[in-house]
Parts: sequence; C-alpha cells; structure tokens
Amino acid sequence: MSVDKSTVARIARLARINVPEDRQDQLANELNGILDWIAELNEVDTDHVEPLASVTGHSLPRRADQVTDGNRVDEVLANVPETAGGFFVVPKVVE
Amino acid sequence: MSDLLSLSAVEARAALDAGDVSAPELTEAYLGAIEETGPLNNYVAVTADKAMDMAKVSQDKISAGEAGLIEGLPVGVKDLFCTAGVASTACSRILDGFTPTYESTVTANLWREGGVMLGKINCDEFAMGSANETSAFGPAVNPWQAGDGVDLVPGGSSGGSASAVAARSALLATGTDTGGSIRQPAAFCGVVGMKPTYGRCSRWGIVAFASSLDQAGPFSRTVADNALMMQAMASHDPKDSTSADTPLPDLMAALDKGVKGMKIGVPSEYVMDGMDSEVVALWETGQAWLRDAGAELVEISLPHTKYALPAYYIIAPAEASSNLARYDGVRYGLRVEADSLDDMYGETRAAGFGDEVQRRIMIGTYVLSAGYYDAYYLKAQKVRRLIRQDFDTAWQQVDAILTPATPTAAFPVGRKVEDPVTNFLNDVFTVPANLAGLPGMAVPAGLNTEGLPLGLQILGRPFDEATLYSIGRVIEDAAGFDAVPARRAGGV
Repeated sequence: MSVDKSTVARIARLARINVPEDRQDQLANELNGILDWIAELNEVDTDHVEPLASVTGHSLPRRADQVTDGNRVDEVLANVPETAGGFFVVPKVVE
Repeated sequence: MSDLLSLSAVEARAALDAGDVSAPELTEAYLGAIEETGPLNNYVAVTADKAMDMAKVSQDKISAGEAGLIEGLPVGVKDLFCTAGVASTACSRILDGFTPTYESTVTANLWREGGVMLGKINCDEFAMGSANETSAFGPAVNPWQAGDGVDLVPGGSSGGSASAVAARSALLATGTDTGGSIRQPAAFCGVVGMKPTYGRCSRWGIVAFASSLDQAGPFSRTVADNALMMQAMASHDPKDSTSADTPLPDLMAALDKGVKGMKIGVPSEYVMDGMDSEVVALWETGQAWLRDAGAELVEISLPHTKYALPAYYIIAPAEASSNLARYDGVRYGLRVEADSLDDMYGETRAAGFGDEVQRRIMIGTYVLSAGYYDAYYLKAQKVRRLIRQDFDTAWQQVDAILTPATPTAAFPVGRKVEDPVTNFLNDVFTVPANLAGLPGMAVPAGLNTEGLPLGLQILGRPFDEATLYSIGRVIEDAAGFDAVPARRAGGV
C-alpha cells in the first residue's frame, strides 16, 4: 500500500490541512517511509486476538443525568478569535 | 545564596519547617536560577509574581503548622498543562494566545499541596518528539555537555522539564509520557522521571495527544523527591473517565523497603542492534547492584517487544489526528482568515501546526480512513493486546522488570536525520509500558566515557508504583550518582 501525491492530497483534505502542491511529493515519501516500517506488524499472527483499546481494566463510570455545569458564556468565549453577540463567528457557510 | 539550589525537595521541606529558610527565599533563589540558565531555553513563560504570591501563602501555612506535602517547593509546569490565567500553548503556534480559564487537575492538586508555580516549561509541540526540537519556542538544551562543548538535546517531549530539574532551575517539574516522554528525557538529563500507571493521574486539563496512552508524572533529582511529588499529584478524578479509583499507597514508606527476596526480570528482547555498548554494560551493572541487595534476577521473554514501536506509531497518530481536530480556528488559538470555512480550517491548521505534528495527523488520518482501518488501526490494537499479554505472563514470574532507559546517551541539537523512523527509535524501551498501561521509572545510574548521564528503567505491575520506588532507591544508593551538569545554576 503505497501513498502517492493524490493520496496525500486526499488525506490532507480529510485532515483539513492545506498542504501546498510542491510539498505533496516530499510528504508522500515521508509517509511511505513510516508506512513501510509499520508493515512489520504483518509478521505477527493476530488471527484470534481481540483488539485492545483500553488498559484501564474498569468499565466507564456512570453518573446521574444531571446538569452540573454551565452558564459560563464569558469563559467559553474568552479565547475565541472572533465573536459577536455571544456567538462564534465563522466565514459564511450558507449562500 | 546558591546552596539553596542544592537542597533536595525532602531536605527543602525540612528546612522550611525548621525555619532555616523561608518559602519566599527558596522561590527567589529559583527565580534567579531561571534567569541564570536562560540560554537553556527551558522556560517558555516565567510567572515570577505568581510564584512570589504563592510562596508567601505557603510561608503563612508553614508558620501556622498547616503545610501541605510539597508546601513552599518551586515547581515548573510542562506547557501541556492548562493553568488558569497563564498562557498554555502545548508549545504550538496553533494555541498562540490561549489562556485557560480553568486549572488542570494535576496542577490543582500540586497547588493544593503547597507547590509554588515557577512558570511554564518548554516541550515538543503537542508532546510529539523525543528531542524537544519540534517546539514552536525553539529547542530546550541539555545542561550536560560532552568534552566538545556541543549543545545536546535534553530528550523529549518533556525535555524542558528534565533539563530544568537537572540545571537546578526547578526543584520539581511535571511531565507527560505518551511513549517515553518522561523517562527518555530523565535519562538524558540525569534526573528521576516517573510515568505512573495509566489512570493514576487525571488527564483532565492536559492538552491531549493520544488519550489511551497519555499519563502525567513527576521529575525530580532524587527518588525520594519523586515519591513525594507523585503522592501530591495523583488522585481519582471523576472528570476523567479513565481515572482509576485505586488508593495510592504511602510511597515514602516504600523507599526504604529494599529488594530482598524480590524477583526482577531481565527481558532478553531488550538487547538490540545499534545499542551503545556502554548502555549494555550499565544494564549489567544495575543487575549486579540488585543481586547484591538481595534480589533474584530472572531472565524473561517479552516476545512482541519489537512490534511495540510500529504499533505505537499507528495508535498514537490515530488518536492524535482525532484529538487535534479541535484546533479549528473557531474556538481558541490561531485563526488564519479565508473566504470559505473549509479554507479557514485548512489555512489555520497549515500555519499553526509544525511539520512533525502535520506528519502525525496525516498518518493518523490515513490509518483511520475508509479501507485502511482494519489493516492498520485494528491490527495495531491486536498487537497491543499481545504486548500487554507478554507483560501479564511476566508478572507471574517476577515483581518488576529492569531495562535500559534509552539506547544511547543525549545527542547533539540539530542532528540531521533523513528518515523520521530513526528518531522514533529513541523510545524503543519506553513505548511498551505505555501500550500496556504500566508504571515505569527512569533512574540515573552512571556516566558514559564522555561524561554524559545514562539511566536505567524499572517497569512494574499496574498500580504498583511503590515497588518501583523501592527498587529505584536501591539503584540510586548503589550508583551513588552525584555528578552535576556543567551548565547548572550556581555552578560557576
């Protein structure tokens, strides 16, 4: 599974990182180097192995379905690059 | 008064309680040390006024007989921890200007126990790196030098924390460890670094890198100081659903327990190609020290060791790509204006993330994308289980495991590496503990022929940090590591 320039463009789009076209070849090389090395894992027989996602050994704790926090508009907006009337401002998305 | 800087945390606590030194005096000494060691670039922000205010409060508590565990002790905070009212950037341009309105649980615990905040400490961007060279603030530098006087890296990602503690510009410091980011820099800088069991320290308020691997832990100059700080920073926290509700034993009491009758494993798979022969020799010396102290050394096998790194470099970037999706130019940090929302995201993230972070987000996005999830991510999680099982099998035979901390000593800043995989190899001995969720400690154990520190690593059963402190103390005593780096505060 080799990554080419068009795959880099596709991944960059999915990751929402604008990668200039003249960087895409180099990035493809770097990613291929890492992916080739990772392919070592194919040597391992994992046919009857369950994936391990969490090492905590306990299930997720439950809590009462209650509102315990809120009314912090000023704090939520304290670091916003652009705000208006208590809202986040983004470029226009609906024509 | 530079000899204040040579007190250990335990000694400083005793001196504060006895009234031999005041908390403001101790803090002032450290603020002076930060200035003196400025060229090491360990601090990205110094909070001198806040430190002096906190020191005065500590002094009042000491006078009133209400001192906390680390009352009056100056602490440096890795810039990955959110600190209320103090800029927190993960050493990334994308968090430029971000000032949290809340405090991480770990730092809140430290302040409640009397810690004095000196400032925010340099690290790799989003903790991604093993040399502190990916920081948006430039590299932190190791206070140790070989004879040639070339600047060396302090390791990473918690490079500034290890360097500051070694250089005596912090008495204690926080770190985080996702694949070795506490233990590897501790070894490079000749200090003690502990990554506790996953779930021991709350992750709430720590900038997330790979959530199933990230753990906070302490840096110190002695094993006893490390136990003291660990005791102050760990807690069960309902705000972190992976936080463990397992009581922390009295770690200070574990310090003098010794290793008599203990079984300590030596994994045969940890002898690797390209390993420094001095590292191998030190590992053997470490085994002899423990044998002399009454432990039984047992050869064990951890057969999937060589697959830990490649599995890690799927799982960690996958989780990172997901965690770092939040940096969107809308809610906090950097924003690069553009005509469309998508372009605003894309331009903001291109400008805000450095090369290494972009590379890892891209890898993570790729391995999670449609058609590749099973081949990469699921495969890595299956290998992760096999690695965990290797350790589970080992625990039936041994109480702890001794390994080298790193394959080499610290290397020069700016070393040119064509292949990113070469840099990953720094973490070959440390990554398995993260995948398995185990506690691991790096202890300075000697100097190589160039005069640079080398460390040993001790791994333990889940939630058995106490045993690591017992073993760490024996190694510390046997090694008699009293060398000091040339570029330390008060050293000239």
